[in-house]
Amino acid sequence: MKKIFNQRNRKNNNAAADFTLAAAGISSAQTAYLKSLRRYKMSVYIFRFLILFGFLLLWEIASFTGLVDSFFFSSPSRVVTLFIDMSRDFEIWQHIRITLAETLLSFLIITVISTVSAILLISLPKTAEVLEPILVVLNALPKSALAPLIIVWLGTGMNTIIIAGISVALFGSVINMYTGFQQVEKEKIKLIRTLGGTKRDALRLVMLPASVPILISNMKVNIGLALVGVIIGEFLAAKQGLGYLIIYGSQVFQLDLLIMSILILCIIALVLYQSLQLIENRINGKSSRGKSSRS
Amino acid sequence: MNILAGLIKQDSGSILYRGQSMLHDGDSFYTPRIGYMLQHDHLFEWRTILKNVLLGLEIRKELTKENIEYVEELLHKYGLYEFRHKKPSQLSGGMKQRAALIRTLALNPEILLLDEPFSALDYQTRLSVSGDIGSIIRENKKTAVLVTHNLSEAISLADKILVLSKRPATIKKQVKIALTITDHSPLGYRSAKEFNGYFNEIWEDLCDEKNI
Repeated sequence: MKKIFNQRNRKNNNAAADFTLAAAGISSAQTAYLKSLRRYKMSVYIFRFLILFGFLLLWEIASFTGLVDSFFFSSPSRVVTLFIDMSRDFEIWQHIRITLAETLLSFLIITVISTVSAILLISLPKTAEVLEPILVVLNALPKSALAPLIIVWLGTGMNTIIIAGISVALFGSVINMYTGFQQVEKEKIKLIRTLGGTKRDALRLVMLPASVPILISNMKVNIGLALVGVIIGEFLAAKQGLGYLIIYGSQVFQLDLLIMSILILCIIALVLYQSLQLIENRINGKSSRGKSSRS
Repeated sequence: MNILAGLIKQDSGSILYRGQSMLHDGDSFYTPRIGYMLQHDHLFEWRTILKNVLLGLEIRKELTKENIEYVEELLHKYGLYEFRHKKPSQLSGGMKQRAALIRTLALNPEILLLDEPFSALDYQTRLSVSGDIGSIIRENKKTAVLVTHNLSEAISLADKILVLSKRPATIKKQVKIALTITDHSPLGYRSAKEFNGYFNEIWEDLCDEKNI
């Protein structure tokens, strides 16, 4: 999924570059090329839509004609009916709201803690070296194994779930940010020193700004992982939220509910990821727009 | 070079500047001001050219009106003023190198250290940029120490060439360069009648070195 998004992104960027060329006044061959590019992009969107639509249609027909058992496999119409039913008293929205809030909160905490820890690690090389194996082990550990422990320690409730969400992504995120800081060219740091700057200047003027792209790609990974952690937490220790609905649905054999929750999760994951993508595009776009408008 | 710039402390010996020992305060020298130009321009992509060349002043907290005016004057003089709000990736290699030099000059150093500043450029750009930078340094009357592996570059730019031996490097030879030229361009220097003589002289020194 991520790959597809990246590819599309690249195409968008290319297209943007081409449009600026066109604005500079380019031949008819250029416009023809641009047209074909746009047609290509349109066709990609159309195929995507067709696949989604075809899948839903097939699913509906299969369960309607009895090709698959709609008790086990549900159907789009049953999911929609259930969703409308549950929207009436805002029950479903309450669950969505809880899961979303927990995810966003864990995500924010992960981002802040991992960035701050990575800054501390890079400023204290010896500490970083001492702590490295601990971080690696914690990162490699399947975090779902920690969830029962967290429940025993903290009881059931929102705190537990947020901690579960944090635990899934935090260590990987620290390692990623730290590696990102490390990859900043040593020569650029030397430059700061030749200009009379200190280590703190190097951090402020080189490492942090140079790591913004890594920070954002890291955030894109974290938002997905936070959602995973929150759902695991809700499986085990919640009375609300989509993870709870999934477990509840499977226990009472109400598979419409289960499948609807999964579909809603798909949409949430997509929306969260795309909002970060939008932020990323805006940051990139801002710098390139800044170039042209001020020049 | 790193020791001269005050980045590394010398193991032994002392560094004299106008007869005075330069004191190392642990982080870097204070006086005299030394400008150090690295192999690559290392302009920061997230800053505009103007902000890039002001970097040193910003670090030393010397962003005074006069200093900024001086930098803008330098940008004017060396054809970068119209590009001051561009990002480094929008400039050519030669322009970037000139911007890097202005960033160094902004601090008004008494000595300039240049560590193979043209090695990242292709030959054509290298010729014109080395000419530009040579004349900028002459115009601003700065003392410059240039490290290079390019003989013709050394001869065309330098007043005095120090040939260094292999590790551990010692000064093997000093050659004073005096070219009779009328045309102060990179090609003009290279077509001076003394050029070939110097070239062969230094080349032989370097060859001896290899045979040892």
